[in-house]
Amino acid sequence: MERIPTFRKGGVHPDDKKVLSNGMAIERLPVPAELIVPLSQHLGAPATPLKQKGDTVVAGEKIGQASSFISADIHSPVNGAIADIKKVTLANSVVTEAFVIVPDAENPLGNWPEQPYDMLSPQEMLAIIKDMGVVGTGGATFPTHVKLAVPKGKSVDALVVNGVECEPYLTADHRLMLEQTDLVLRGIMIVAKITQPKRIIIGVENNKKDAIETLRQVIASNSYPITVTPLKVKYPQGDEKQLLKATINREIPSGKLPLDVGAVVLNIGTSFAIYEAVALRKPLVERVVTVSGEAMSTKRNLRVLLGSKVADLIAFAGGVAHEPDKYISGGPMMGFAFHDDQIPVIKGTSGILALDNDPAMKAPQTPCISCGRCVAACPMGLQPTKLFRLIDNRMYADAMGMNLMDCKECGCCSYSCPAHLPLVHGMKLGKRLGRK
Amino acid sequence: MDVPKTIVSSSPHLHARSSTASIMWDVSIALTPAALWGVYVFGFRALAILLVSIATAVLVEYLLNMKGNNSKTILDGSAFLTGLLVGMNMPADAAFAVPVIASAFAIFVVKWTFGGLGANWVNPALAGRVFVFFSFTGLMNTYRMPRTLATVDAVGSATVLTEIKLAIGDGAVNGLSSAGVLAETGYPFTGFAGSVSSWFQQTLGIGLSPYTVDAFFGNIAGCIGEVSAFLLIAGALYLMVKKIITWHIPVSFLATFSMLAWLFGGVRNGLGLFQGDFVLQLFSGGMMLGAFFMATDMVTSPTTHKGMVIFGVGIGFFAFLLRFFGSLPESVSLAIILMNIFVPMIDRYILPKRFGETIKEPKKQEAKA
Repeated sequence: MERIPTFRKGGVHPDDKKVLSNGMAIERLPVPAELIVPLSQHLGAPATPLKQKGDTVVAGEKIGQASSFISADIHSPVNGAIADIKKVTLANSVVTEAFVIVPDAENPLGNWPEQPYDMLSPQEMLAIIKDMGVVGTGGATFPTHVKLAVPKGKSVDALVVNGVECEPYLTADHRLMLEQTDLVLRGIMIVAKITQPKRIIIGVENNKKDAIETLRQVIASNSYPITVTPLKVKYPQGDEKQLLKATINREIPSGKLPLDVGAVVLNIGTSFAIYEAVALRKPLVERVVTVSGEAMSTKRNLRVLLGSKVADLIAFAGGVAHEPDKYISGGPMMGFAFHDDQIPVIKGTSGILALDNDPAMKAPQTPCISCGRCVAACPMGLQPTKLFRLIDNRMYADAMGMNLMDCKECGCCSYSCPAHLPLVHGMKLGKRLGRK
Repeated sequence: MDVPKTIVSSSPHLHARSSTASIMWDVSIALTPAALWGVYVFGFRALAILLVSIATAVLVEYLLNMKGNNSKTILDGSAFLTGLLVGMNMPADAAFAVPVIASAFAIFVVKWTFGGLGANWVNPALAGRVFVFFSFTGLMNTYRMPRTLATVDAVGSATVLTEIKLAIGDGAVNGLSSAGVLAETGYPFTGFAGSVSSWFQQTLGIGLSPYTVDAFFGNIAGCIGEVSAFLLIAGALYLMVKKIITWHIPVSFLATFSMLAWLFGGVRNGLGLFQGDFVLQLFSGGMMLGAFFMATDMVTSPTTHKGMVIFGVGIGFFAFLLRFFGSLPESVSLAIILMNIFVPMIDRYILPKRFGETIKEPKKQEAKA
């Protein structure tokens, strides 16, 4: 029997709901009538616009230039014309400038044939990844070229690929692992060439047995030096801290990065984007989005041009079967509820969900009864109940002193709170006000 | 999405579907078998006592609701649970005024004057019990024998613990074990317990006193809800399966108590070390009810698992001291209240281990590489 590891501290077990969409092959969303391409689709500074209203653009053409070290280039997903530049509010409440691009009616899509890339040096590959605007597609959207640039004097012991996809409902990475197995693995090998790790591990939660099987087969037939590690299902295993604890048993200290414990973490969608960037010289202009949720008429995994409006995705899935209580961009544990279906899909959009509100979510708030469930559930070893009380009393400095900044808003505390306190909401507020 | 009905709120958008009310009702359900057993063995009056306690607690909560912030806290089940626990801690022959006073004290003084649900620092039901225990010492120490021991005079019996304590106080123990003391005083036991005891003796060679067997199954004098250790444990298992309580408090409490009782318990009987009859002690008095349903009260116990173990060990220690060296036969409620006082301190100093504090291992590896 294979020992199946997981991380130890905290965590919760929400119903994963993967079965709704994990059998649906990835389909391509038809080119929408209009794309909204924001200049801030990543963590860090927004890109600087390179085009003006009225300009024509070619698919893959750079239209936004990274403006600082932590920033990323933006490319046009289609051939077309820039109809407007306007301010938009994204699902995560970021307000940014966005290009409104009307795709060419005849020939909107670009064509990127595979090119030889074996002869490229690691530095050249890194430069291409930067040029192609690749960022982490798991949701955090950290610019990939920054993550992969290993500073002098540091070495990478393990490259850990995140195939966990621990958020309920989401199956985009799962489908990529099944359908584009070889290309995902090639993306991983490109990263291996850049970072020179001693070992490569793909962590996949055990609710995706078919993906584990497929990965292992393709790895064996190509003799890639990659190990696939099945992991016990537990949320939030897809967080890099929990993932590293589960796979290589290391804890990233507070405020540090995976590189500080000799690891690079990469997710499946990003590996695929890296393959496309390096082998096809194709910028990150489309991604796989899971369209799911009980209220959605059909559940899909869609390959979507960035900038497609959420309304287009929902319409492709046949609309909603009934009015949902919540629309969510991302997963239900950390995703953002939104109300405007004209918002665009961006680099970090992993899912569009139409949820019937959990009846439990409508339950009224009651006083904290100190049951300690939030403390037991917190994967970071925090005391959410105490932090919440401090924040509620505006004692932000004290909350900071109790490691509030370690909180990554995974939602385990709110999920398990019988008093239905908005603990995560409090943490977010406390961080924002405490920083001032 | 022109429909404004759509909810926009902070993540997470899922919930484990528990609520304070569901916890309170589940605990009440878990207590029900033991309470029903009490009603069976002590008769209809026990049921009346339970109903009076519950009705008083809920009524007081309701009146305070109307007077106070007008929230509907009677629906969360906490007042019902407090009333049920108060009732289960009453002798079946208590005057009806006693549970009324206990429940009212529990809800009004202990719970509401400190700010209502979640803000009290001792368990209301326990405090209610202790309050009437010291106020009406005579009334609260008059127990009736259970129906299953009906051969003897039903009313006015002492509990097992009282008998032992009296014997020790009179210097009448003469190196006898607890069971020996009880046998000396002619304390009754059921025929069933007698045969189980002799079966243990003959087949397994283990000396198990019939009093212990009776205490385990609930054929002893005592408060309505505390007598059946067996049914209380069953209820506790239900709560553990439903993940409402964890093992930390009851196990550390009972283990500490047993260890100390076994080590030093015999000294009081003039037997020396390692002679204490801790098994009888475990199953008698309010031990099981206290360990599984009172000490585990979420509001008045620590939030961390480490803190819970410290809390449990403390209760075990005080329960031992009070039972063996105190002047009262009962100890568990006082021990729990004593440790309730320490909870804020435990929660202040016993913090969960922060993720990622250890960087040693990778540092070493880096140095090697």
